[in-house]
Amino acid sequence: MHYEFDFASVAAHWPLLLQGVWTTVQLSFLATLLGFLLGAACAVMRGSRHGWLRTAVGGYVELIRNTPLLIQCYFLIFGLSSVGVTMPIMAGATLALVINIGAYSCEIVRAGIESIHHGQLEAARCLGLSSAQVFWHVVLLPAVERVWPALTSQFVLMMLASSILSSVGAEELLGVANRVQSDTFRNFEVFLILWGLYLGLSCLMPAGFWLLGQLVFTRRRKLGTPL
Amino acid sequence: MSHEQLLSLLQGAWGTVLLSALTLLLGGATGLALALARIAALRWLRQLAAAWIQLIQGTPLLVLMGVCFYGPALAGIGTVEALPAAATAMVIYASAFLGEIWRGCLQAVHRSQWEAAECIGLTRWQRMRMIILPQALRMATPPTVGFAVQVIKNTSVASLVIGFAELSYNAKVLNNSTFQPFLYFGSAALLYFAMCYPLSRWSRALERKLHAHRR
Repeated sequence: MHYEFDFASVAAHWPLLLQGVWTTVQLSFLATLLGFLLGAACAVMRGSRHGWLRTAVGGYVELIRNTPLLIQCYFLIFGLSSVGVTMPIMAGATLALVINIGAYSCEIVRAGIESIHHGQLEAARCLGLSSAQVFWHVVLLPAVERVWPALTSQFVLMMLASSILSSVGAEELLGVANRVQSDTFRNFEVFLILWGLYLGLSCLMPAGFWLLGQLVFTRRRKLGTPL
Repeated sequence: MSHEQLLSLLQGAWGTVLLSALTLLLGGATGLALALARIAALRWLRQLAAAWIQLIQGTPLLVLMGVCFYGPALAGIGTVEALPAAATAMVIYASAFLGEIWRGCLQAVHRSQWEAAECIGLTRWQRMRMIILPQALRMATPPTVGFAVQVIKNTSVASLVIGFAELSYNAKVLNNSTFQPFLYFGSAALLYFAMCYPLSRWSRALERKLHAHRR
């Protein structure tokens, strides 16, 4: 092996890499929050009385799920710029991620909602709960609790896929790493360090979601049984 | 859009199909090996396979492509062709996910089948080949077809670090020269949709047929 590893010159750029990690974390956090809200809203609309609404949301979900994130980013960011709509690149990147993850979350939350037994709804009506109370306490919260692991996996996959946004100029971890590569010409070392950083993030993120699940879904913790 | 530009997009689509087919074939073989390793009798083999799958699943595909493109320099290989590098990265990526999917399907075959096969005197490999794999593969078809859709979409990542001339790369080159993003990226999106949507529908149909006894 003739190659001489030189991690020192790459490690000298650690403030820049840390900046990239922080940007990725912020991007993922915002996209997760907004994407989940969009997905939950779409899942509810998917079960609506109105056929046109169901078809519209179904069309959006199918379109996003059958096209790559890269093409969606290019279409959105270069497309909007070409018609004169300009925005900061991080806003554009977040928008692309939110639109993407919204479709996947919609399907996951819809599966959760459909898994609620109709006996639960009947029992809730018998107890005199209003429609809104039934929807929140009996349908939505238990559904999200059930699909929480699936949602966690999907959001971790989204965080890993956010590296693609570097191609449209977003200064997240991979974008920052490209700058370090141009400075040091140490491509392999930079990719190895990136690998380690992303692995760390992909371990921390499920842990964070687990913690959030423990805080929000108290039934499992207090009663010891799931729904 | 001129004749040559449409041809360029279709050539890119062919590149996508080629890379996806290579990934599914080679990744499928490696994934099967990984799945069998995950449920092996030897503990160290099980743990090694589990650790490898965790490692690959926690890595972005783009980083994996970078490692596969710049990695051969360690062995002294100066230039790396685009397709082998992209295919290697995607095979590693696909084998980890397919390994997990197929492990789940192997473990979903009822325990009694494993035990009965042992009782009638089949060896481990005979049991796997004649009893377990046929049942597991039938259960595995819907998620595998669903993952094939993921593979086709993820080939777009090969256009970034490696610069393999598949559909996204050709669409980006056309956009850079004509500045008509809606036309070229929209056409690329349509081509991807035409490739992925039939597979998605087929996966759902297979799932329904598999669970017909439950309805």
